[in-house]
Amino acid sequence: MNNMAAATRKQLNIHIHGGRVIDPANELDAVTDVYIEKGKIIALGNAPDGFSAEVEINAIGNVVCPGLVDLAARAREPGAEHKATIASETRAAASGGITTLCCPPDTDPVIDTPAVAELIRLRAADAGKAHIVTLGALTRGLNGEHLSEMAALRKAGCVGVSNVQRPMTNALVLRRALEYAATFDLTVFLHANDHWLANEGCAHEGRVATRNGLPGIPAAAETAAVAHLLALIEQIGVRAHFCRLTTGRAARMIARARFDGVPVTADVAIPYLYLTENDVSDFDSQCHVIPPLRRVEDRQQLRAALQNGTIQAICSDHQPHEPDAKMGPFPSTEPGISGLDTLLPLSLRLVDEKILELPELIRRLTVEPAKILGLPCGTLSIGSAADICVFDPEQTWLLDAKTLCSRGHNTPFSGWEMQGRVTHTLLDGRRVHTLGT
Amino acid sequence: MKANDPQIDDQGRLRHFLTISGLNQQLLTEILDTAESFAGVTEQTVKKVPLLRGKTIVNLFFEASTRTRTTFELAAKRLSADVLNINITQSSAAKGETLLDTLRNIEAMHVDMFIVRHADSGAAHFIASNVAPHTSVINAGDGRHSHPTQAMLDMFTIRRTKGPDFGRLRVAIVGDVMHSRVARSQIHALNVLNTGEVRIVAPKTLIPAYAESLGTRIFHDLRTGIQDADVIIMLRLQHERMKGALLPSEHEYYELFGLTEKKLASANPDAIVMHPGPINRGVEMDSEVADGPRSVILQQVSHGIAVRMAIMSMAMRSQQDGGE
Repeated sequence: MNNMAAATRKQLNIHIHGGRVIDPANELDAVTDVYIEKGKIIALGNAPDGFSAEVEINAIGNVVCPGLVDLAARAREPGAEHKATIASETRAAASGGITTLCCPPDTDPVIDTPAVAELIRLRAADAGKAHIVTLGALTRGLNGEHLSEMAALRKAGCVGVSNVQRPMTNALVLRRALEYAATFDLTVFLHANDHWLANEGCAHEGRVATRNGLPGIPAAAETAAVAHLLALIEQIGVRAHFCRLTTGRAARMIARARFDGVPVTADVAIPYLYLTENDVSDFDSQCHVIPPLRRVEDRQQLRAALQNGTIQAICSDHQPHEPDAKMGPFPSTEPGISGLDTLLPLSLRLVDEKILELPELIRRLTVEPAKILGLPCGTLSIGSAADICVFDPEQTWLLDAKTLCSRGHNTPFSGWEMQGRVTHTLLDGRRVHTLGT
Repeated sequence: MKANDPQIDDQGRLRHFLTISGLNQQLLTEILDTAESFAGVTEQTVKKVPLLRGKTIVNLFFEASTRTRTTFELAAKRLSADVLNINITQSSAAKGETLLDTLRNIEAMHVDMFIVRHADSGAAHFIASNVAPHTSVINAGDGRHSHPTQAMLDMFTIRRTKGPDFGRLRVAIVGDVMHSRVARSQIHALNVLNTGEVRIVAPKTLIPAYAESLGTRIFHDLRTGIQDADVIIMLRLQHERMKGALLPSEHEYYELFGLTEKKLASANPDAIVMHPGPINRGVEMDSEVADGPRSVILQQVSHGIAVRMAIMSMAMRSQQDGGE
């Protein structure tokens, strides 16, 4: 390890001064100072007695907030290291102000044994740029048939279980899996997608898919699955989270369930708040995502659901790819967008567009996803780990796919003007990113 | 026409031919007029013109085809081009070569034009956006998206039998619109040519979502769907459609949507019957209708050569002027 790396690994006494400190968990929004010692936040406002800073971070004009918590990011390791690695993607996370990533279980091998969860944890610790937590597989090999050893997965650190987008064999297996997860107080992360209705489609079943002859995925693939899942969740009483909603109708169904007292939560991936089915009208493979981009009305309704709290959290749904994965006719390309670099700047647009106030936006990127994952992070409370993001909210820059920090350069947002740039990221009080270095 | 349409050059001429969508009436009429002049050539004893002498045209087919590939080959030869047929079955794709690699390898042979057929919607657009600047791409069918030369030969057949005024015509397209690239291209072409009414007739399982947004009226009953129609286009029903839950049986499909002399009585007395081929006799239509006096199915095939000659020569004209 060279000296530079050694310095960033050290937990120094840090004084962040003059920033607008926003900590939604504590309803704090004030220009003040933050003091860090031994990797923890030890004071806000005035320096504690005897504190002497080894590092001063000038945050005047900048926002100081908890490091972002991303509910869904594929680091591609193990299994698809030609796309990205834990080292490359945690570095990208750090440069985007993200300090905690949640990795879904569809690695290769699947996270259905403690060994795989452990491997990911060790690789992340070794890279040292961001925390990675994992979701365990709900069924063995994600085959939808046999329950995974959830108790062991939990013991190995998995914060929840999920079958991602893979189908369950039948409703009985689903019921048993939810019951078993509930036994161990594991949150189940559900992707509402009826496999049969989706019928191997690649675009929203609507005007654009009809015109372009693209096999369609109807909105009902999502809404039918939400209804089906809600019925089981309500009966079983399992803690459940709906991942990546795409339709306004599904959001309304979840709002209704919450109103009826079913304690479900939901998230949206940031691209779905900006793109729609119209973006696939020229067969742009960068806009090939599953579930598909929906109608303009759905985008509007998702924003409203975010605003009214039906959707609690925003995530990147980061899926980095090698260039070849996107070079082909639309249906043959691999779905997904590389999203770590753009999570914060695209989210900040929601403030400009008056969807959320800045502190509320930060809540949806920090303490809300942390709560969903059952983690104590996402706050600047005294005594908590110094996972901190400092960003300049005014700086504008043009996104160029080629310069993404993630190894996956697959983004449809190339050429978009971004507002807001991360200047510093701290992980456990260590500087893991400093702009311009 | 849409700005930055990849199939149009900066002078508004055809550069590639990928889809009807986005093209204007003037351009479609020019294709039909040019085809009219080539129709004479194909009827002469010496059936060749030297327009594309020295040009290399590659038929790059990732899906099986007999009729389309053959008429493209004949059309190219009648324009005096050199033609290479490359059939890439799924097994060779399984060798791991990407579509782009295949394309680059063939392109290294200095190809002037690709005629492509592929099972994926959008494949022709993808290829067009990745070929060298002076290479043209003609779409011979991509997934469910588009089959524009077939649509143009159908328009040519309609114009030859019904005259140039599409505004007074009612056209009914019957059958599996959902999975049909031919139907999508026909619907676009008919609407660009201001056809009086474009109808589609099929059970709901074979009609795509928001089909009316393409500019069609939807019918689920054959008799009313073809009532007073001037042109009836029957679509091919793929046998594999019977395996899923789209239709109960060929028998019931024929009972409800198969065209018979009896059902044809509700159409206009001088209505013509078309089919892009190959026909499933006794499923889409009776032999009596297919071989009957209203059928123009064989004319469609021979018109295919003139129309494809027209499209190839027009696309090559843009390449030649632009590139030399």
